[in-house]
Amino acid sequence: MNLDDYQPKEFYDELIGKGGRPRVASRAVWKYLKSLDENELGERRAACDLAALVAGITFRVYFEDTGVDRAMPFDLIPRVIALREWQGIEAGLKQRVKALNCFIDDLYNDQEIIRDGVFPAELLANSENFQEQCRGISPPLGIWAHVCGSDLVRDSDGTMYVLEDNLRIPSGVSYMLENRQVMKRVFPELFEDSGIQPVDDYPSQLYDALASLAPSPADYPSVVVLTPGIYNSAYFEHAYLAQQMGASLVEGRDLVVDSSDQVFMRTISGLEPVDVIYRRVDDAFIDPEAFREDSMLGVPGLMRAWRAGNVALANAPGAGVADDKVVYAYVPEIIRYYLDEAPLLDNVPTWKCQSPDEMAYVIDHLDELVVKPANESGGYGMLIGPRSTKKEREQFARLITKNPRNYIAQPTLALSTCPTFVHNGVAPRHIDLRPFVLSGLETYVTNGGLTRVALKAGSLVVNSSQGGGSKDTWIVDTEAS
Amino acid sequence: MLARLAENLYWHGRYLERAEDIARLINVTAHLNLDLPSGLIAGWKPLIRITGNAALFEELEEEADERSIVRFLLFAENNSSSLKATLEYARENLRSARDLVPREVWEQMNALYLKSSERLNSKLSKRRRQDFLEGLILDCQQMAGTLQGTMSHDHAYDFMLIGRHLERADMITRILEVRGYDLLPDTAEDLGPFESIQWMSVLKSLTGYQMYRRHVRSRVSGSDVLRFLLRDGQFPRSVMFCLLVLEDLIEGLPGEDDRSLRSVTRLQRLLNDTQVRNLKGRELADFMDRLQIELANADLAIRHTWFGSGS
Repeated sequence: MNLDDYQPKEFYDELIGKGGRPRVASRAVWKYLKSLDENELGERRAACDLAALVAGITFRVYFEDTGVDRAMPFDLIPRVIALREWQGIEAGLKQRVKALNCFIDDLYNDQEIIRDGVFPAELLANSENFQEQCRGISPPLGIWAHVCGSDLVRDSDGTMYVLEDNLRIPSGVSYMLENRQVMKRVFPELFEDSGIQPVDDYPSQLYDALASLAPSPADYPSVVVLTPGIYNSAYFEHAYLAQQMGASLVEGRDLVVDSSDQVFMRTISGLEPVDVIYRRVDDAFIDPEAFREDSMLGVPGLMRAWRAGNVALANAPGAGVADDKVVYAYVPEIIRYYLDEAPLLDNVPTWKCQSPDEMAYVIDHLDELVVKPANESGGYGMLIGPRSTKKEREQFARLITKNPRNYIAQPTLALSTCPTFVHNGVAPRHIDLRPFVLSGLETYVTNGGLTRVALKAGSLVVNSSQGGGSKDTWIVDTEAS
Repeated sequence: MLARLAENLYWHGRYLERAEDIARLINVTAHLNLDLPSGLIAGWKPLIRITGNAALFEELEEEADERSIVRFLLFAENNSSSLKATLEYARENLRSARDLVPREVWEQMNALYLKSSERLNSKLSKRRRQDFLEGLILDCQQMAGTLQGTMSHDHAYDFMLIGRHLERADMITRILEVRGYDLLPDTAEDLGPFESIQWMSVLKSLTGYQMYRRHVRSRVSGSDVLRFLLRDGQFPRSVMFCLLVLEDLIEGLPGEDDRSLRSVTRLQRLLNDTQVRNLKGRELADFMDRLQIELANADLAIRHTWFGSGS
């Protein structure tokens, strides 16, 4: 195919360097794509669709009216990162998640970081995700966020920044796994001797991390995945991970906590004990005794059982206190405080509206900043300054003044791009990256992660709920090939 | 296996079988009426009694003719046991448990449901109705075949089969209760040349005509048909066959509670100990009632033992 016209524009392009030549790690794939003629390419794309169907690609948005599952758009051109760069990112992620876990554990126990004046007490007082019910609890290994999905973006100068940490119930890892399956079917020749690092062991790593949390040692701890049910948008991921780990996929009504605070699931053979719950239900719905009384998704008494140490919950309730976007601004200090190390990964420069000076700056510069509410995810409730209307900016100015603690602002990043199929060829589209970090007895970072791509020209919004697609992510060992 | 999913699969099995049975009943009744002289056409009303909906029907419909009865059975909005509603329940129950069954089966169920919700309305002509219902019966058979040939015969499979056979046994007794009462009145009067074709229609509604001819080798008579549909151990749409399957499946399930098994063996004894050939009129109807009550007991025992529901 003809790729000579591909122009990365003013952004950093993940595959193509300045001067239009592919970066070292991308050379093989670029050369290969160029060698395909239109027919071959058409065949690959058809094979990709078919592979998705036949392999039972399991991640689809469910449409009630037709019962048909729509695949999340998948782009055939991979996003490539050199292994050497990735190793630095991996170390940075491990450091970050370790510090965040120390932070959460501290907040729910002695709160030394507040006493030492590093983290302001009033921020905690106003945190929506701080769960009073978790005070004084020390979960196994002192770990609260067992599965973390941090979103990384690259700015135009090539620096990789952490944009946010998802410590509650990050999703998307199943796309990462399936994307790789599809690529291996469609481009088997590319994977031979190419030094692409595997991603397939995630489910067994997840299982090991979860099993290591079991309250009492057992050869085969009973691990279950707790889902809100078939109508949840991530249900396929829940079902897929359960299937891949050989764990039972349960709903709240399948579990019961008895008077001695033990958790069981209802089976055709009666009640069977449960040791570890990988829960994909939000804190607020997890236990109607402790949180929302009207929750139909939860298990009455689950918090009692967890507090008594009879069951492990991953992620632990209350872990979300650290993925608040205001807390985010303090992560560099948090890393220095707990680990006495300099942060290996950069935070995006962040203005905290809570500070009057910074708020004044933000309100004066709304047209050039991205404003984010502290507790929303999925790209909702944001203001993207350069694309906003005057009316929207006025509305945000009012919102910020009314509740400064709830807002942060960041410069509009020039997100990096990656060549992507569009209707008339290949064009640059903005991307981000969500690696997943597992913390149990050992810490594990996925080789790469899920690359999300904004399919609309110029768009910076990569969320699948807002029209984003995904790509396979290759960590390539250039020295091996 | 989770009790909730076992229950979903059990109900899926029941509803899908019920859908197939409704389709068979309607097609056979339509055929039969073509053969009967106009004076004898009482053909459609029994269907309302067979499906146990007489009261609701009277409330909803003013006339009891083919048009209104078929509408009621196939898609009437307020009839929660219409064919359309039955397929919807079959699908909803399978949806929750879809990870346990082969993907093709979920897709077949989905396609069947979508096709039905599109076609089942007052625009469905008589001729197209017949084609549609025949297609539906084949679809149900195809799903059963796909399951049989591609799914592990594990407990998930067992619960689907238990639901299917319990429903089927129940439906056979309902057909015999209603049709038998009309065809075998207390006072033995001559029903004339049409008795035989009416019994043939009973057999046909259960696709039993061909097998009956092969195995019974006598002219179609009421008492022989009764015996065949109640006691034959080899024909898959006889009550005894269903009970033997149920016994086998239930014995393989976990747990100490044997109420379900006892219920099934009690039914078998009841059939073996009764001179079914001699049943007619009131006696026949009462006997079918007893079978139905015992089948309902089996259902309750199954739900109690493995799903933690029922009583």
